[in-house]
Amino acid sequence: MDIVTWARTRSPWLIHFNAGACNACDIEVVAAITPRFDLERFGALLKGSPRHADVMVVTGSVSRQVRERLKRIYEQMPEPKFVVAVGACAISGGVFQQCYNVMEGVDKVIPVDAYIPGCSPKPEAILDGVVKLLKSAGY
Amino acid sequence: MGKREFTIHVGPQHPALKEPENFVFKVDGEYVVDVEPRIGYNHRGIEKAMENRTYIQNLYIVERVCGICSNSHQTCYTQNVEELLGMEIPERAKYIRVLLAELERIHSHLLWLGVAAHEIGFDTLFYYIWRDREVVMDMLEEISGNRVNYAMPTIGGVRRDIAADKIPKYLKMLDVLEERTKFYKNICATEKTVLARADGVGFLSKEDAIRLNAVGPNLRASGVASDIRADSPYLVYDEIPWNVISYDSGDVFANVLVRVDETFESVNICRYCLEHLPDGPIRTIFSPLGKVPEGEAVSLVEAPRGELIHYIQSRGTDKPYRYKIRAPTLGNIPALCEKLRGGYIADIPIVLAGIDPCFSCTDRMVFVDEDRDKRWEMNGEQLRRYGVEWYK
Repeated sequence: MDIVTWARTRSPWLIHFNAGACNACDIEVVAAITPRFDLERFGALLKGSPRHADVMVVTGSVSRQVRERLKRIYEQMPEPKFVVAVGACAISGGVFQQCYNVMEGVDKVIPVDAYIPGCSPKPEAILDGVVKLLKSAGY
Repeated sequence: MGKREFTIHVGPQHPALKEPENFVFKVDGEYVVDVEPRIGYNHRGIEKAMENRTYIQNLYIVERVCGICSNSHQTCYTQNVEELLGMEIPERAKYIRVLLAELERIHSHLLWLGVAAHEIGFDTLFYYIWRDREVVMDMLEEISGNRVNYAMPTIGGVRRDIAADKIPKYLKMLDVLEERTKFYKNICATEKTVLARADGVGFLSKEDAIRLNAVGPNLRASGVASDIRADSPYLVYDEIPWNVISYDSGDVFANVLVRVDETFESVNICRYCLEHLPDGPIRTIFSPLGKVPEGEAVSLVEAPRGELIHYIQSRGTDKPYRYKIRAPTLGNIPALCEKLRGGYIADIPIVLAGIDPCFSCTDRMVFVDEDRDKRWEMNGEQLRRYGVEWYK
């Protein structure tokens, strides 16, 4: 493993983007960084700006208003970048399928690297998904 | 000195949580002169979707209006449908619904307390509170099978029963929660960091709170002892001994105290429910293909954030003809604007968090200097840092 991959996979900085979620996945993403689950032991840090982030954690079914903003935020992230879709809505639209204002999945708008199913996924599942993503990136 | 007003846009591309808002602030130096709210982002079309789904399918979509108040929305919905059906639900189901509602309130208020601590830069407190919040999450998971979307109320009762042999364990967990909340109340009331950022910040007078239709803890922090659970009791709130909490000071500090004290009340209500759980069935059956008679109904529920209103209109089919939801944060926005006026920029994050709108940290804002034609951006995280630095 070269030193660049080593450094990258051991400090993945996250940005959490809510693309029209009901809040359930979001509080579970936050719960995943708090002491019981402690995502930060893998070097992950939740950041506020996409320009600092390596991994975008997207929740929600992507409403039409949010679609362009999601694209813009994705474009602002530096390469290499990864996207994790958290929850049934981010994967396929979930219960909001066939709603007139919903894109039915993050991968309709930007490329997705990892899917974490559940409504909402438990923090353990989110941890598992992020760790699997890091492994595929050469952890 | 010429008058120089800046305009700050908070979150046009606000990728917010359940009720995304966009605020345009006019600021003069460090003071907020005026606030203009715009709402409607993140619209998913739930009301329309409900008209195309059967009553049983709607249970699951109405729950996902908000992941934190999911039980309140479902209770409100089922009360509406049961009223149209003329259905009386079993006593045991009512107690279980109240238990779930109060556990949800504990989880929501602790969550809020942690977020508020984060907004004032007190991250140690945030992590402590979220660690202890896992106790109530464990309880919810054990009772309902899921941590956030519980799917407990169903048309005609509740979906799952509470095992009698688990009750002593739940009571012990409630003791832990009460003890830890006491600890946090003590911290919030004495810690200088909290007092400096919360005491006297974001003031809302009693008259304004009533005039602007504030709801929930936001209203009770301004000295109005109004709570749907007491004013128009639903389920079994009139049988359970509990108190409406209100504080007079109308600032963020009063918001903290109201929520902490309500957590104690909720713990006591949960205890009462577990100790006085009546025997009997937990639901009366409603067929998945069942039709609901023609008519309309309105139902009120005190969600953790305040008064929640659902309206239903049925035309005698298996789907509602019209459904309308008024969530509490919408009611709180005019009062929030009043709270922000005259305050400091540095106080924006905590005052926004004060009404518990669940603001996301990825929100971005554009600062526009109208005189000098200068623009700059700040996101929620940077604004939070700005606030923390400003108060150093």
